[in-house]
Amino acid sequence: MGNSSSMLTQYDIEEVQQHCNNAFSQQEIVSLYERFCQLDRSGGGFVSAEEFLSVPEFAVNPLSQRLLRMVDGLNFKEFVAFLSAFSPRATLQQKIEFIFKVYDSDGNGKVTFNDMLDVLRDLTGQFISEKQRTQVLTQVLEEAGYTKESLLVLSDFVKILGSSGLKMEVEVPVD
Amino acid sequence: MNSNQGKLKPSSSELDLDRPNIEDYLPSGASIQEPHGKLRLSDLLDISPILTEAAGAIVDDSFTRCFKSNSPEPWNWNVYLFPLWCSGVVFRYLILFPARAIVLTIGWIIFLSCFIPVHFLLKGNDALRKKLERVLVELICSFFVASWTGVVKYHGPRPSMRPKQVFVANHTSMIDFIILEQMTAFAVIMQKHPGWVGLLQSTILESVGCIWFNRSEAKDREIVAKKLRDHSQGADNNPLLIFPEGTCVNNQYSVMFKKGAFELGCTVCPIAIKYNKIFVDAFWNSRKQSFTMHLLQLMTSWAVVCDVWYLEPQNLRPGETAIEFAERVRDIISVRAGLRKVPWDGYLKYSRPSPKHRERKQQSFAESVLRRLEEK
Repeated sequence: MGNSSSMLTQYDIEEVQQHCNNAFSQQEIVSLYERFCQLDRSGGGFVSAEEFLSVPEFAVNPLSQRLLRMVDGLNFKEFVAFLSAFSPRATLQQKIEFIFKVYDSDGNGKVTFNDMLDVLRDLTGQFISEKQRTQVLTQVLEEAGYTKESLLVLSDFVKILGSSGLKMEVEVPVD
Repeated sequence: MNSNQGKLKPSSSELDLDRPNIEDYLPSGASIQEPHGKLRLSDLLDISPILTEAAGAIVDDSFTRCFKSNSPEPWNWNVYLFPLWCSGVVFRYLILFPARAIVLTIGWIIFLSCFIPVHFLLKGNDALRKKLERVLVELICSFFVASWTGVVKYHGPRPSMRPKQVFVANHTSMIDFIILEQMTAFAVIMQKHPGWVGLLQSTILESVGCIWFNRSEAKDREIVAKKLRDHSQGADNNPLLIFPEGTCVNNQYSVMFKKGAFELGCTVCPIAIKYNKIFVDAFWNSRKQSFTMHLLQLMTSWAVVCDVWYLEPQNLRPGETAIEFAERVRDIISVRAGLRKVPWDGYLKYSRPSPKHRERKQQSFAESVLRRLEEK
């Protein structure tokens, strides 16, 4: 009993493509739609956090909770826009913007020391003490010319990450 | 009769012991090469590898692929083919289906009219009763298979009744059991189901010797392990059939085998089952249909065509752990039935992965950070 939810029309595909700034080809959007329907088991038109977490590969990722906050309850158009940062056609600027958004959990355009500490905590878990984490972060911040009180904005991120050869791409399987 | 659609709970720690290192199997497309050099701010802020892994899992993951039922390509899309297809539908629903239903009913009547007397009248004479009940169960299974026009090709030597041996097979649907049972009366270990299936389980299957388990109970595993051991040691009991995947998979992939069947100190005889999808997709997607609907779907298709291979019995090699043994047998079965192996535990359908995997990732990142802090 395959997933024969409502088919995408050509008009829908073009709309989605426009919304994600042509990050994906039409073929890829059709594949993503199939995947979206597969994940959306309850058929509500959006994928809930539970449904994302039922993908074991996603659930074991240290940043899954942060990403869930960004992706929970999105409809298909927004889902594709969310993934557009991972397209090979996305610019470096777009990728850095995505990373910035992951850090900036309250969405006010400023990343604080605590935001960075939170992400570091997600990444290292119980294997580094809180004190050591704070120490490490303070140290590398100061070496880069910032302080504990600095509020980083997007241009700071671009400056820091712009030269590090960021590789952030996924391949959308197209049958 | 669908399995829990409710909340997923974190898996019990017991499920952890079963798995070899998943990291060995997971696609390392965004392979986190060991970074070198002094730790800088960009290293801490650059979470792109981990984000890529997460996005990769969102876009496609090997676990969900195992349970995808593939609807066949519609071929009835043109003026000539469409009426052909329509007449096919009419034939299947109005002629084949009633004929099959009648055959099945006759089978049940014959079966019940023999089984009930045998069961009650021969209470004293156990050996004879068991023998007759075995034959009758094989009979009703043959009727079932006929009711979907099952065309089954068996390859390899038929299982023999010997003590200290268990049979393992890949699992696609509950009909796997029926198909195997029509050839040899196995004892089987099954999840207890509600409804009419449960009724059948507790009455008829009891006679061939069945063991029940309950997926949702953590302590259940030890109880079941003991029952398995006891059964396999008994000389008189029907040979035991186990589906080590623990859940139905779509016959294109195989998930991890649970080691329970492989540490009984018995010879393990692998059986590979492959269904021919051209006729019908025999995968029972328990999240999508009840067993009754699944059976009805089978009874209104043209045929269920499958191949069953009885493969060479395997023993635990010296120095091999039960998990390695299970993997080796899974390999044998997957190769024979053309299945792709994935490193996931089938029970992840019902529960979340253990935090151990995430912790392993966290640990390696933490160690790399601390190490690079020391470097100048």
